Amino acid sequence: MDWEAIRLSLRLATLTTLALLALGLPLAYWLAFTRRRWKFLVEAVVALPLVLPPTVLGFYLLVAMGSRSPVGRAYEALTGHTLAFSFEGLLAASILYSLPFTVQPFAAAFAAVDRGLLEASWCLGESRARTFLRVVAPLSWAGILTGMVLSFAHTLGEFGVVLMVGGNLPGRTRTVSIAVYDQVQAMDYGAAGRTALLLLGVSFLVLAFTYGLRRAQRKPWTLI
Amino acid sequence: MDPHLTCAAERRFPDGMRVEARFEIPTPGFSVTVLFGPSGSGKTTVLRLLAGLERPDAGRITCGGTAWADAEKGRHLPPQARNLGFLSQAYDLFPHLSLAANLAYGLGGLSAAARTARVAELVALLGLEGLEDRHPAQLSGGQRQRAALGRTLARRPSLLLLDEPLSALDRPAQLRLRQELRQVLRRLEVPTVLVTHDRAEALQLGDRLVVMDGGRVCQEGEIQRVFDRPTDPTVARILGVETVVLGRVVDVTDGLATLAVGEARILAADPGSLGTRAYVCIRGEDVLVERGEPGPSTARNRLRGRITALLPEGPLVRLTLDCGFPLESLVTRHACTDLGLVEGEAVTALLKASAIHLIPHD
Repeated sequence: MDWEAIRLSLRLATLTTLALLALGLPLAYWLAFTRRRWKFLVEAVVALPLVLPPTVLGFYLLVAMGSRSPVGRAYEALTGHTLAFSFEGLLAASILYSLPFTVQPFAAAFAAVDRGLLEASWCLGESRARTFLRVVAPLSWAGILTGMVLSFAHTLGEFGVVLMVGGNLPGRTRTVSIAVYDQVQAMDYGAAGRTALLLLGVSFLVLAFTYGLRRAQRKPWTLI
Repeated sequence: MDPHLTCAAERRFPDGMRVEARFEIPTPGFSVTVLFGPSGSGKTTVLRLLAGLERPDAGRITCGGTAWADAEKGRHLPPQARNLGFLSQAYDLFPHLSLAANLAYGLGGLSAAARTARVAELVALLGLEGLEDRHPAQLSGGQRQRAALGRTLARRPSLLLLDEPLSALDRPAQLRLRQELRQVLRRLEVPTVLVTHDRAEALQLGDRLVVMDGGRVCQEGEIQRVFDRPTDPTVARILGVETVVLGRVVDVTDGLATLAVGEARILAADPGSLGTRAYVCIRGEDVLVERGEPGPSTARNRLRGRITALLPEGPLVRLTLDCGFPLESLVTRHACTDLGLVEGEAVTALLKASAIHLIPHD
């Protein structure tokens, strides 16, 4: 079993989930409650990774991270190594690729919260941020949890983007899904089967845990 | 002195609807200003402008000397900074919090002890004892209404905004809570703006009336004055009943109440819970008119008066009588010519006690 790849995948999935929590909550809040007319454009951009082939997304990311792009050059000047084919580059790609899996459940959960409750809270003197913590989050925790679990599981299983942006460098960009591919290419079906089974088991357990929790805990959680 | 609240603001919606609010509340103490009008007339939008939940596209709103909104200067005070109580039609109690936690929601600035004391005070004021730990879903409609009212009162707002506060309740609960509501508001000494499309509710709760139609204010003023003298036919039509006068209750016996209206005495069915004063509502078609002295009749009210105006309306004629108070009667054109009624003529108006509707007002 390729434990190095498993550790790397778990680290990537955890960091991606945390980054998407920080990024996705405000974005989903904006999508759920804005009255801007061009909101649909942002929705379309967020949903793009759902329909784009991973190779297309990976290609653009690779170009954007390369030493010919301003982003790539700036990163190289700052850190001394290229963004492409590094763990950081992989993380950035994962965040973009899993964005809809996080933001859509978040936004759907927020949109289900009656706007009147938010207005009631504002009129009772609470700021928008505190209203989010005291009203919106407790009433939509199930959607927030779903979004986080989906982004974790989805990152664990991504393949195409990783291959395009990260390549296949052991310990740096070689994730579990790539390891399975390598093992199959090497005709090592035994190792591939073990790794695949592990991925299947982890994915199932995470999803079963989430849905079980949602079923058992239908009541809202109070944060503050 | 400047009025407590001045609203002269306009909101334009993308679909072309325009709501123009132009009225004032003269003093900071207890008063209930009723925004009255058919549905779709813009009442709720006016309330939301006052709350800061909508931004005016033109004009300004000033309260207690502070500019709450000024479209020309781009000024807009958010609802958090207006110290007001806003009660929406749906109550919007937080479903995940207990009744006590709902009441305490806006009291974050107080110490824990002060907060507990304030919640206990509100629970007692609104008769919600024993329900503190229940969630909104476990409360009855009336209890929810009182809980939501308590939550808006908790922070001692300087202006109270109530959007159809009783419309979600069944009829008996409405009638009971209407009376309670005015008493609670009076005790709190807070100016209130209340939205309703129910005439009886407006009369029982209100001191001032702002009549709205098609997104603009048609008339505003002291409630009896507006009912007495609608400035245009739209207002009269919205207000609905031809005669609405305030009377003093002088006697209640055997289910019948006697009221003094000016010089006249009026006998009407007792609606129960009459205080010292009540509005007497009389529809024009319920007023019979006889010439000269009345003969025997089952009508309990016989009011001597004089015809002051005679206005043909299609097959009907609208008579305005002076019986010590202005009384309107609708009669057919035939009846009018048969009796030879003319302006200045002395007549007797006959009214069945059961046709008179009383609305308590204390």
